[in-house]
Amino acid sequence: MFDRDALQKLEQRKTAWEQGPVAKAMERFGERSEEFRTTSELPVERLYTPLEVAETEYERDLGVPGEYPYTRGIQPTMYRGRLWTMRQYAGFGTAEESNRRYKYLLEQGQTGLSVAFDLPTQIGYDSDHSLSRGEVGKVGVAIDSLADMELLFDGIPLDQVSTSMTINAPAAILLAMYAALAQKQGVPLDKLRGTIQNDILKEYVARGTYIFPPQPSMRLVSDTFAFCAEHMSNWNTISISGYHMREAGCNAVQEVAFTLANAVAYVKAALDAGLDVDTFAPRLSFFFDAHNDLLEEVSKFRAARKLWAQIMKERFGAQDPRSMMLRFHTQTAGSALTAQQPDNNVVRVTLQALAAVLGGTQSLHTNSREEALALPTEDSVRIALRTQQILAHESGVVNTVDPLAGSYYVESLTREIEQRVLEYIDKIEELGGSARAIEQGYIQREIQESAYTHQREIENEERVVVGVNKYRISEEPPTNLLRVDPVVERQEREKLEQLRAQRNQAHVDEALEGVRVAAGGQENLFPRILEAVTVYATLGEICDVLRDEFGTHQASVVF
Amino acid sequence: MAERPIRVLIAKPGLDGHDRGAKVLARALRDAGMEVIYTGLRQTPEQIAATATQEDVHVVGLSCLSGAHLELFPRVVQLLKEQQADDIVVLGGGTIPSEDITALKKQGVAEVFTPGTSTQEVVEFVKRSVQL
Repeated sequence: MFDRDALQKLEQRKTAWEQGPVAKAMERFGERSEEFRTTSELPVERLYTPLEVAETEYERDLGVPGEYPYTRGIQPTMYRGRLWTMRQYAGFGTAEESNRRYKYLLEQGQTGLSVAFDLPTQIGYDSDHSLSRGEVGKVGVAIDSLADMELLFDGIPLDQVSTSMTINAPAAILLAMYAALAQKQGVPLDKLRGTIQNDILKEYVARGTYIFPPQPSMRLVSDTFAFCAEHMSNWNTISISGYHMREAGCNAVQEVAFTLANAVAYVKAALDAGLDVDTFAPRLSFFFDAHNDLLEEVSKFRAARKLWAQIMKERFGAQDPRSMMLRFHTQTAGSALTAQQPDNNVVRVTLQALAAVLGGTQSLHTNSREEALALPTEDSVRIALRTQQILAHESGVVNTVDPLAGSYYVESLTREIEQRVLEYIDKIEELGGSARAIEQGYIQREIQESAYTHQREIENEERVVVGVNKYRISEEPPTNLLRVDPVVERQEREKLEQLRAQRNQAHVDEALEGVRVAAGGQENLFPRILEAVTVYATLGEICDVLRDEFGTHQASVVF
Repeated sequence: MAERPIRVLIAKPGLDGHDRGAKVLARALRDAGMEVIYTGLRQTPEQIAATATQEDVHVVGLSCLSGAHLELFPRVVQLLKEQQADDIVVLGGGTIPSEDITALKKQGVAEVFTPGTSTQEVVEFVKRSVQL
C-alpha cells in the first residue's frame, strides 16, 4: 500500500526510534513483559507501522464492502443500512414457559428468536425415556412432538420472525416440525426465515450431542440442503460453528481453521450427493465466538470472511457471489464469564459484543451476567439485550463500515491469522479432511492442548482473570438464580401419554415405516420425516427408527 | 514398599457434553502423579459406579453442567454404597448453585467445585481425602 522509498525511510526512522527513545525509556523502566502475545499465541509488536502491512495489497486483500473478497463486510452499507439481528438464545422448561420468554424478548425489541432445546431433544430421546431423567427442560425447552412446537410458537406468526434453532443430530426432524407448523399456520415454506445449526462434525469434537455415525449424519445434512434448496429458499440450512470448539478451549486461529475445514467437508458432501454448488452454498451460514482480546477477535472475523470467499471461488468454483459470502452469527464467550463478582461479566460481554460488531456480524447473542452459575433471569437477559442496543444506538461504531480497517495492527493481525489458518487447513487436508482428522482425534487433541495451556496460564498467574486470580473479594454466593421446576419432567411425560392416546396410531406407524424405508435406501429422507412429524410421530420415535437403520456413534475418549 | 498411586475416575453422568473442565482436571490430576481414568460422555450412574469398583479407584469426580446434578450425583453415591464401595470418595463439579451444594453434601458428596476453582485446589483436596 506504500511506495518503496517511503518504506525505506520509515524503516530507518523506526530503527532510530528503537535505538533512541525506546532504548532510553526501557532503561528507566522495562516493559511489563518480555514478550506480548494474543490469546492465539501470536506475537504482538510494540508498534505497527506501514512496514508491517507492506505485503497487504488494498485491492487484492481488502477491496470494498459487498464485493469479493468481502474482507470489509458482506454488504455494501453494513449497519448504515440495517443493524445486525439481536437474537438472544433462550429456552427452558416447557414449551409454554419458553413461549412466554420469547414474547417478552420480542416486546423488549429483540429482532429474531433463538431456540435452546433441552438435552433429551438434542440427543433424540422423548421426555419419558430413561436417559432423559433429570435433564428434561434443563438447558432448553423440551420438544417431543409437533404438539410442543405448536405451543412454543403460539401467537407468533412464522412469516413475521426469523428463528434460529440450536439443533444438530436431529436437525432435520425439528426443521420438519417447524415446516409442519408453518403449513398449519398457512405460511408458505419459502417464506420461512431462520437457521438450523445442523453442524454435526463439531459435535464429535465439542458439545457432544451426536447420535448417529458420521456418514449417515452427513447424509441427513445433504438431504436437508437438497430439500431446502427446492422448498425453503430463505432458510439457512446449516450454521457451521466455531463457537463450541472455542468454548472447549481452542484459540482464535484454531476456531477459524477448524470451522472452515468442517465447512469444506459439508460442501464436498453436498457436491458428492450431486448438488450444484451455487444451489446450496448461498444458504450456508456460520457461527463464531467473541472473546475478550478485542483486536484479535475483529481481525479473526475479517480473516474468516476473506478465507471463505477464496475457498468458495477458487477451490469450489462458485459463481454466485452469495456462495462466497461468509454470513455469521456471534455469541459472546460463555467460557470467559466468571462465577466470581458476576456483575463484572456485563463489562466483558460489552467488549466481546463490540468485537462482534466491529467484525461485521449478521446477528448477535450477548450472554447474561450469571451464566457461569445458571440460566439467566429475565432481568439479566434484559441487560444483555440492552448492551447490544447501546452499542447500536449510542456508541457510533455502526455509522461507518469496517471502521478498524487500515489500522496497521489490525491489518497485520488479519493477515497473520489468515496465514496461520491456511497452515492448519493444509495440515487437516493432509490428514484426509476434517472428518478423518476428527476420527484420528487430531482436532480434539489440539483443542485440549490449548485448553490445558490456558488453565495453566491462569494458575501460574501469567494470565490475569479479574476476580478469579487477582482482585478477589470475599463474597456471598449469589441468590435468585433461575431454577427449572422439576415438575416439568412429569408434565412432559403426561403430555406425551395423552398425545400417544389421542393420535391416529395407524398413520404414525405407516409414516415411521416410510422413514425406515427411506433411511435404508437412497431417496431424500426429509419429505418422509415431514410426513411423520405431521401425524405427530415423536422425535424419539423417529430417532429410534434412524438409530436402528444407521447405528449410533461410539466416541473414542481422547484426553 | 512403594505406595499405590492414587486412582481417580473422572466421569460425565447424564447427557451433558461439556467436558472441557473434566478433561483439564483429568490431565492436572495425572500431572500430579495420579492414575486417572476418564469415562467419556453420557454415562449412567450405574455405569459409573460399576467402572469405579472395577477399576478400584479411590476417588470419583463427577462433572455436570446441565443442571441435572441433584438427580445424578446422589445416585452414584447410593450405588457405591449398595456395592459396599462407600470408601470411594465422590466429588462433584460444574455450574452448581450454592444451595444445591449443601443438598449434595448431605447426600454423601464429599465436596463440590464450581467455576473458577484451580486444578491445584482439587489436587490438594484429593490428596487429603485419600490419606484420611
